[in-house]
Amino acid sequence: MSDLFIQGIVVFVLAAFVGFEVISKVPPTLHTPLMSGANAISGITIVGAVTAAALDKGNAAVVLGFLAVAFATINVVGGFLVTDRMLEMFKKKPGGGK
Amino acid sequence: MITLLYLLAAVLFILGLRGLGSPRTARRGNQLAAVGMFVAVIVTVADIYDEPRVAWGVVIAGLVVGGAAGAWLALKVQMTAMPQLVAAFNGFGGGASALVAAMEVVRDPSIFTTEIAVVVVLSLLVGTITFSGSFVAYAKLQGLISGRPVALPGGPWFNAAVGAATVAVGVWAVVSGDALAYWVLTALAFVLGVTGVIPIGGADMPVVISLLNSLSGVAAAMAGFVIGNQALIIGGALVGAAGLILTVQMSEAMNRSLANVLFSGFGGGTSGTEMSEQPVNRATPEDVAISLAYAERVMVVPGYGLAVAQAQHAVRDLANALEERGVTVEYAIHPVAGRMPGHMNVLLAEADVPYDQLLDLDHANPRFPMTDVALVVGANDVVNPSARDDPNSPIYGMPILEVDKARTVVVIKRSLSPGFAGIDNPLFYLDKTMMLFSDAKAGLENILAALEAL
Repeated sequence: MSDLFIQGIVVFVLAAFVGFEVISKVPPTLHTPLMSGANAISGITIVGAVTAAALDKGNAAVVLGFLAVAFATINVVGGFLVTDRMLEMFKKKPGGGK
Repeated sequence: MITLLYLLAAVLFILGLRGLGSPRTARRGNQLAAVGMFVAVIVTVADIYDEPRVAWGVVIAGLVVGGAAGAWLALKVQMTAMPQLVAAFNGFGGGASALVAAMEVVRDPSIFTTEIAVVVVLSLLVGTITFSGSFVAYAKLQGLISGRPVALPGGPWFNAAVGAATVAVGVWAVVSGDALAYWVLTALAFVLGVTGVIPIGGADMPVVISLLNSLSGVAAAMAGFVIGNQALIIGGALVGAAGLILTVQMSEAMNRSLANVLFSGFGGGTSGTEMSEQPVNRATPEDVAISLAYAERVMVVPGYGLAVAQAQHAVRDLANALEERGVTVEYAIHPVAGRMPGHMNVLLAEADVPYDQLLDLDHANPRFPMTDVALVVGANDVVNPSARDDPNSPIYGMPILEVDKARTVVVIKRSLSPGFAGIDNPLFYLDKTMMLFSDAKAGLENILAALEAL
């Protein structure tokens, strides 16, 4: 295995543990926004999509590249926006109830 | 330098996720994560800027089309349609990761080292399953196909067979380096996503959605290995872990293992539970209004029926009217009420219900004995006492909201039809239970009208 790949495994395992630690105690009220925000973060694949689409040649690459970038962008833009929209609702409660 | 900027993006993701864990900081957290994503994209563009013959047209077209579609969906969609939207976004993410790997295969799979071949296989596999599985979940939630569990020929063995074939083809791909093997693998993964989700019933959707969310992270991380990009690996691993935690929490809330949720086809109509012929107390909106008006404490128990009827504003209006009369109104939220984790919380937040009135299972249950009226709106299995009392019940052991301990129970429900699990609910036949057969929204509005006429 190449060093880069081994480094990748190290980073993956550590990041997974950070993920477990950071989220383990989230109140149910925030489950949906957390999920949808995390979902947007998984759109980080946009970085790979942009790189591959920009540098690859050939007709198949144009189609696949376009789809990859478009899909990832929907995930990122839509995910962050809809999460923000939800969290905005959570915020506004001017003296409602007690 | 590039790597350091990716590290900055990763740090922003971690801070963002941590922020999302607490109500006060959630919005800021989401914004931090979005900034992180922006940084990552800018860095990537800057990084390839000097390369010869960059296909900018493809990149820009993808960004514009995807950005416009994503923004339109995010801003247009009704809050009640949130579960299917989250599922759809998930599917797009998984699909993108699979496509990134697919482009490597198009180029030349015969030059892959063994480890690269393995991660290409994994990102095609996980990405494609996430893609097709998420869109089946979308179709179920949107009502395009039946939300009921669909039995596969051979039951769970069908998926076991497809799964085994997928593994075999995956090995073939790694060993041979033949592009055909990768495409067969992708096709099998697509089938597996469809047949994996289609037998799962709507009530189990919170588990499925959070699992697919986790998988979309894993797919991104695998794509990160394919192209050697640590930002993808970190971001993907974070999401994979976060999604897994939620998945486990949702399974626990139903007292079932993840494997049981995925492979049992729960409530698939095979259980021949008899519906009892016992009489119920049919109530009119006026009857319900009277008992609410003279209550001191009312606990609202919302379920999926509330979402279907879009009754979140109606319930809030009724609660307002009751509060004006000096009645204390609170809400008891079961962790798996609705179709995704936190579904009820989002709906009630949209209707401006303050979140400190929303009680979770542990806080709500001790209050039912002091509650005068438990108002069950479109919930069924999560308030079924047989989960607590009847060891023969298929849902025995699932933690429930113990509404039967309240002095009076009002159930607003369209008909006596069994809930998702296909089991009868003894709650409906109790002497203290009043059944109001109605659509949730219409029922609540009629109660409010009757209350104001008192």
